[in-house]
Amino acid sequence: MKNRLKVLRAERNWSQQDLADRLGVSRQSVNAIETGKYDPSLPLAFRIADVFGQAIEEIFQRD
Amino acid sequence: MKIRSAAQRTYLKRMAVVSVFYLAATFTAASLIDKGAPVNWLTAMLAVLPGLGVVGYIWAIMRLMIEEQDEFFRMLIVRQSLIATGIALSAASIWGFLEQFAVVDHIPAYWWPVIYFFGFGIGALANKIQYGTAGECL
Repeated sequence: MKNRLKVLRAERNWSQQDLADRLGVSRQSVNAIETGKYDPSLPLAFRIADVFGQAIEEIFQRD
Repeated sequence: MKIRSAAQRTYLKRMAVVSVFYLAATFTAASLIDKGAPVNWLTAMLAVLPGLGVVGYIWAIMRLMIEEQDEFFRMLIVRQSLIATGIALSAASIWGFLEQFAVVDHIPAYWWPVIYFFGFGIGALANKIQYGTAGECL
């Protein structure tokens, strides 16, 4: 699954740690999601969508 | 500096406590049990204690899987444990049949958990290679 996490984070000038703190997860989790190594659960995907104020499908796309 | 989750800190404390128990139990059993003497209830009680220490290690790992709030770390621990289980059961199966047909000598069963914990290290290495992190709990 592809995602726009890195772009959205850069637009807000957030580090991976900043985003991790907002999501209540580890920096390693953010890194793994951002690099496509790990697909988040639906509840975490909703939290990510809420943090960026966008719909899940605007952030995550099929390969 | 590594920042550990609350579950990881609890896990490390449990492992330390279990280690003290395991070492004390092993030392006590080895010191007090006379291998030539008839087996009685005290011998059995002392002999089971080191095994319970190993159960404590496994319990601490299972609790970490349950208590870890970070879903990515939780996945890493589960993956690590599955790799360890696969290695230990494979080794036990192969050795068991080799032993059955007298190809190799008998080894005590307490070595299989040791192989599991060795496999746990292999699992951490596999996580590090595939995901870039071992979960920072080892």
